[in-house]
Amino acid sequence: MNVRVSRAKMGWLGLYAATYLTFIYLPVLLLPVFSFNDAIYVAFPIKGFTLKWWEEMVAHEGMLQSLRNSLKVGVAVSIISTVFGVLAAKAFTRYRMPGSRALTGFFSIPLVIPLIILGIALLTVLTTVGVSLSLYTIMLGHVVICVPFAMFIMISRLEGFDQSVEEAAQDLGETPWMTFWRVTFPLALPGIMASMLLTFTISFDEFLLAFFLAGDQLTLPIYIWGQLRFPKKLPSVLALGSAILLATTILVTVAMMFVRRKGD
Amino acid sequence: MPDEAFISILDVSKHFGPVKAVDRVSINIAQGEFFALLGPSGCGKTTLLRMLAGFEAPTLGEIYIDDQPTASMPPYQRPVNMVFQNYAIFPHLNVYQNIAFGLRKEKLSRSDLDARVNEALALIKLEGYGTRGANELSGGQRQRVALARALIKRPKVLLLDEPLGALDKKLREQMQIELRQLQKSVGITFVFVTHDQEEALTMSDRIAVMSEGHVLEIGSPEGLYERPRTRFVADFIGTMNFFEGRVRAREGGKIAVDAERVGEVQVPADDYDFNAGDTVVVALRPENIRMRPGRPDLTANMAHGTMSNAAYLGDRAHIYVQTEGSEQPILVAMQNLDGAASSATHGERSVALQWSEQAVLLLRPE
Ligand SMILES: Nc1ncnc2c1ncn2[C@@H]1O[C@H](COP(=O)(O)OP(=O)(O)OP(=O)(O)O)[C@@H](O)[C@H]1O
Ligand SMILES: [Mg+2]
Repeated sequence: MNVRVSRAKMGWLGLYAATYLTFIYLPVLLLPVFSFNDAIYVAFPIKGFTLKWWEEMVAHEGMLQSLRNSLKVGVAVSIISTVFGVLAAKAFTRYRMPGSRALTGFFSIPLVIPLIILGIALLTVLTTVGVSLSLYTIMLGHVVICVPFAMFIMISRLEGFDQSVEEAAQDLGETPWMTFWRVTFPLALPGIMASMLLTFTISFDEFLLAFFLAGDQLTLPIYIWGQLRFPKKLPSVLALGSAILLATTILVTVAMMFVRRKGD
Repeated sequence: MPDEAFISILDVSKHFGPVKAVDRVSINIAQGEFFALLGPSGCGKTTLLRMLAGFEAPTLGEIYIDDQPTASMPPYQRPVNMVFQNYAIFPHLNVYQNIAFGLRKEKLSRSDLDARVNEALALIKLEGYGTRGANELSGGQRQRVALARALIKRPKVLLLDEPLGALDKKLREQMQIELRQLQKSVGITFVFVTHDQEEALTMSDRIAVMSEGHVLEIGSPEGLYERPRTRFVADFIGTMNFFEGRVRAREGGKIAVDAERVGEVQVPADDYDFNAGDTVVVALRPENIRMRPGRPDLTANMAHGTMSNAAYLGDRAHIYVQTEGSEQPILVAMQNLDGAASSATHGERSVALQWSEQAVLLLRPE
């Protein structure tokens, strides 16, 4: 390929990338900045440095309760949907079933249905059946949208290694169950970690479904949304937002490192 | 035929939907035998091997290993181990862990385990490679690790699915010899799948030639090469000239055949039950045809022709001889003894071909 052409292309691409990143990340970066700003209103110019919003955030029982709820839901959802994802991926990659394509499509429907529709549908079903809304119903909703993600991560991981290693393990005297523990599981582990981190993150900041399916216990996004009506509370929400931003970035980076790690 | 069968494959078929991957195959394999399954791609070799290993269940028929029926025996309980076509080395384990994988159930002490694994490493000449990662090995080394991993289980039967297919020619030839020596020294029954007829000939005690799910012939390398009973086997193993013909007479202990391109062919009658009027196929190996310049008078087992083409192969030459009135040349192989092949390829173009009665094979047309 002609080097100079590709370099010119690189220039344009670079400019595009820079603009794109600025638009995406500048507003996000303002979050931590204003969380240390000594003023109630989120506006320039910056007034001065303070830690009082962070202190307020840490002392805020309602906020912390919703954070705990979100963590509970997130952990449960990541475990449940990853287990489902592993099983589904195993079925799809190991058994050449008739119609497995159609089935993968079916499993990914929750990815394309607008969440608001999904939320209403789930809510209708749950209330009709007579299930009272709680953190469990939120978990249910989140599992529905997280399983496809988990499944696709696991499929790409399982497709990456040869099925004959499982046969080799059985050939060397291991039962199917021990084969799973000694071969399949260790090979799938990076995918499992990635899936758990990703589905946790999805659940953690999901708003719409949680909003429809919440009982009296709120998750963090709903709580924050509720707080926006009170201008005085906004800066401590920004502080919390900054903290979550940091945590999420770390989680996703770690997840990506697991995904990237090749079949080693 | 082995007097005592260690592995008995009794009328076994495997159907995948409409595909008959293996179709009514019966084979007996003796203990300690090096047995090859030879055939073109898709003929059912892997399927048959996987049924021995227990990864596929026969649709019909039964397999006995060491007098045990295997129908209800899962892979992990069979006294067989397999070297997979792609080796199936565990990518998350190092060489030592790969080789020791199958020993977990034996609950060996650390030092016993070390001894066993080191012994295996020595066997495959990879001493000191124990801590290498599975991805840090060359193709030949992976193949050896797969071998050691299976052999360390001390199986009664070792199944090998084209274990040398991924290696380059030099390494493959070296491994062929090593494998054969190894098999002799450990005394385990080997069932070896290959589509390479040369490989099967050099390594095996006996060979089963397969085609489209069937076993066409079973025999020793010499037997199959020198006395094939079917045209497919004659063609698949080595190279062969075929001439359509008709038996003119059977008299005086000879069968006389009128064959296209080569005229009258005479064969000792004892080996065949053909009679006058039968159509036959005359088969003649290229290396059994002698060629000399000139146009002497023809008798039986002779032909005239013109050299049309020659391929110089170093140790020998392949010379194509055109007979009158035919497009299809006769292939003659000539040893390059004292440069004979290179001078022949430049010599007189008009030649006479001659062969002995014993060199001729008569086959039933298919
Ligand atoms: N799991 C399967 N499902 C459907 N058809 C199969 C399956 N396994 C094998 N076959 C078919 O059975 C036939 C024999 O396959 P097999 O793998 O035994 O051939 P092979 O002799 O080992 O060929 P190669 O030399 O290419 O490895 C082929 O036509 C193949 O398509
Ligand atoms: Mg095969």
